[in-house]
Amino acid sequence: MRAPYAKFAGYLAILLVGLAAPLLFSAYQSQMAELWLFIVFALTWDLVGGQMGYNSFGNVVFLGIGMYACAAVQVGLFYEVSTYNNARGGGATVFTFDLGQYLEGLAIGLPVGAVLAAIAAAILGGLVLGMRGHYFAICTLGLGIAAGQIANGWEWIGAGSGMVPPTPPAALGDLSRFYYFLAMALAIATFLVLRWLYTTRFRLAINAIRDNEDKAESMGLKTTRIKVMAWVIAAFFLGIAGGLLGNLKRFIDPIDTAFAGATFGVWMVLMAILGGKGTLWGPVIGAAVFQVVKETTWTYLLGWQRVALGLLIVVIVVFFPQGIMGYFRERFPARFGHRVEEAARPDRAEETTG
Amino acid sequence: MSTMLEVENVSKSFGGVRANRSISLKVEKGRIVGLIGPNGSGKTTLFSSIVGTHPIDKGTIRFQEQEISHLRVAEIARLGLIRTFQQTRIYGRMTCIENMLISTSQRGGSLVNLFQVHNPEREKQAEDLLAFVGLHAKRKLQAGSLSFGQQKLLEFAMALMNEPKMLMLDEPTAGINPTLINGVIDRLKQANKEFAVTLFVIEHNMNVIMNMAEHIYCLAHGELLAEGPPEQVRNDRRVIDAYLGAH
Repeated sequence: MRAPYAKFAGYLAILLVGLAAPLLFSAYQSQMAELWLFIVFALTWDLVGGQMGYNSFGNVVFLGIGMYACAAVQVGLFYEVSTYNNARGGGATVFTFDLGQYLEGLAIGLPVGAVLAAIAAAILGGLVLGMRGHYFAICTLGLGIAAGQIANGWEWIGAGSGMVPPTPPAALGDLSRFYYFLAMALAIATFLVLRWLYTTRFRLAINAIRDNEDKAESMGLKTTRIKVMAWVIAAFFLGIAGGLLGNLKRFIDPIDTAFAGATFGVWMVLMAILGGKGTLWGPVIGAAVFQVVKETTWTYLLGWQRVALGLLIVVIVVFFPQGIMGYFRERFPARFGHRVEEAARPDRAEETTG
Repeated sequence: MSTMLEVENVSKSFGGVRANRSISLKVEKGRIVGLIGPNGSGKTTLFSSIVGTHPIDKGTIRFQEQEISHLRVAEIARLGLIRTFQQTRIYGRMTCIENMLISTSQRGGSLVNLFQVHNPEREKQAEDLLAFVGLHAKRKLQAGSLSFGQQKLLEFAMALMNEPKMLMLDEPTAGINPTLINGVIDRLKQANKEFAVTLFVIEHNMNVIMNMAEHIYCLAHGELLAEGPPEQVRNDRRVIDAYLGAH
């Protein structure tokens, strides 16, 4: 029984490295915090895109809703949101938040963002999850763009000039470190929830939808409800991630941060594909590789970073269409449990038909 | 003997093509009933109409005295009426055992059931049924890697896993190795007897259907051409003409 111990040791090592990293590499704290959030992006995208086969380019909708909702609650608990946003840093009032107010705002804002994102997923899912394949993908692309435009025109949340989440009080200490640990906790929670979810019949149901939705329906599965539920779960965690990301970046631009279909929206898909769609660890590995490559090219190939990213996409699609985990699963299927097992009892068909 | 399925005056057109024209037929509980007819005679359309894949233009369909022609596919399946497909449909990237485990009856099942983890009783049933169709050794292989014939057997086992009251099979022996066909027939008969599943079978292989069915309906050009016990249908002049193209 070496495997369970090895697994436990692996988890423990990741936990320890995660806890020690910000202390050892404090210069990279915000990039590492972003990495934990990217893991959440990739994991939640894969729940619907990988395990269920519904490629969504619109998951940024839930990210943005969580981001704005959290910031609006953080401000709204203590000040008028529209006056706050209209001040744009130059008003007569100075908006300050003491430590208690800041933490209270976050404690209420994050769950509110999560719940609103989940509700949005339930409503939108009912409307668009009836579509399949490419139609669903294109439709979600439209949803992301539409959401960005709505936020871009909505004065209450700052419209095109964006919104600044509350300024953290000095008593909070190192902001990046604070959000690093919150992001890490969220990534671990998301991972554990999905790990559990993938042991239940729910995974079998969404895999069945991926493999043959008509068959699943003809066997009595209420496919639309299951699909909506999967999207709601993804949106819930993405909503929290949005709340954290907005506060980490300290500025919410409607199109470049919140409903950033061209960056976060595409990266989610890339990370999941790079690591291996439809696996638990694939999105985690994909997010890690992606963030490291992205940050290195940003540092050492400045000006060419988008080209490098483009090349990475080409390499992934050409050489690893199944992703890193998918590549190994294809090479060593037996390691993943796909093998012939000679039965303890004989098959009856062989008895009768020879 | 009570009636399991009753189809009355069902018509279905696709644009100008009248695939089914006022078809009426009955399947008694516990029987094995056959449906034959030349290619394009409307057999599969009738199956799809019964299980709710598309709405019918006219007529009524009753399953256990309940009108089902307005219900959706999943709702009809939940009543215990399951079909298999001519072009086999299985979940290719899942293992055989997973294919079985997700095929359990959804009757009265709520969404909460989806969050169950293990159910040893269900796993045993799945393994037993895989052994029943001769796929036990391959239970941990991806279903998509099986041969066509094996996939057909897997689909049959999945249907049984659903514990249907009535099973509609679309060409269960097509594409299956001739030596295995007898095995399939045995299993169909056994399922009918042991699990008390009423069977309604589309089949092109005359030997198979004559051997199995107790009553046969024959369609041609979307209309019901003949019905009766196998011997009578086999010797019916109109049936022979339809198959030989004298129509």
